[in-house]
Amino acid sequence: MKGSIRYDKENTTLYVRLPEDIDHYISEDIKAGTDAYLEKSCIRCIVFDFSRTVFMDSSGVGALMGRYKRMKEKGGCVMICGVGDRIRRILRIAAIDTLLPEIEKKESKS
Amino acid sequence: MEKMSFEMESRACNEQFARVVVAVFLSRLDPTVEELDDVKTAVSEAVTNCVIHGYEEGEGIIRVEVSLEGRTATVRVIDHGVGIADVKKAMEPMYTSCPEKERSGMGFSFMEAFMDELKVESEPGKGTVVTMTKIIGGTEQ
Repeated sequence: MKGSIRYDKENTTLYVRLPEDIDHYISEDIKAGTDAYLEKSCIRCIVFDFSRTVFMDSSGVGALMGRYKRMKEKGGCVMICGVGDRIRRILRIAAIDTLLPEIEKKESKS
Repeated sequence: MEKMSFEMESRACNEQFARVVVAVFLSRLDPTVEELDDVKTAVSEAVTNCVIHGYEEGEGIIRVEVSLEGRTATVRVIDHGVGIADVKKAMEPMYTSCPEKERSGMGFSFMEAFMDELKVESEPGKGTVVTMTKIIGGTEQ
């Protein structure tokens, strides 16, 4: 039972809608899927959308940090949106909440 | 004292299974959502360690034991994998034995942050036992 990840590219921004549970199992998919976009198209910013996410462990933190480093190297950015209480607590304990600016969730196109 | 245990194959897809089963068993203590999420995170970290490090993503059996005594929940996660030569070093925040895999190095730190007590016993070549306890409902009464 693997949650689905959805990728939406808009100009140079890649929106990644994350699944309900982010653990080691799904983190490998998030890394591979996101990196495939980074390689094949010009992405300047990744927005990770947590609005469906209720669980994340340190594997998810590793995946976020890996993408953050990669984007920083090429002068891009990583932002987050739709962050609930649980994920906020995880980001704070991992001390990465200050690295990832939070933006308003964009209106979803139906 | 109430006890429960199960064994499963060391596979990434079992990480979710393990944390959900433990959470369902703990629900009889009427935990808050946050307490349950804390335990789920800690179990996920411990089982992920078995899969990635203990058995190095190969075959193996992971055993999970849960016991409840009063309001204290004890979770033990046991593998018979490669073991950890230097437990103290492995538990240092941000330390990871495989940086190329983009691990955060926060597994043990998360277990410590989300549980009340953490004990790690390991012997190279024999395996690792992680014992974690948490008092459920401790903050409300």
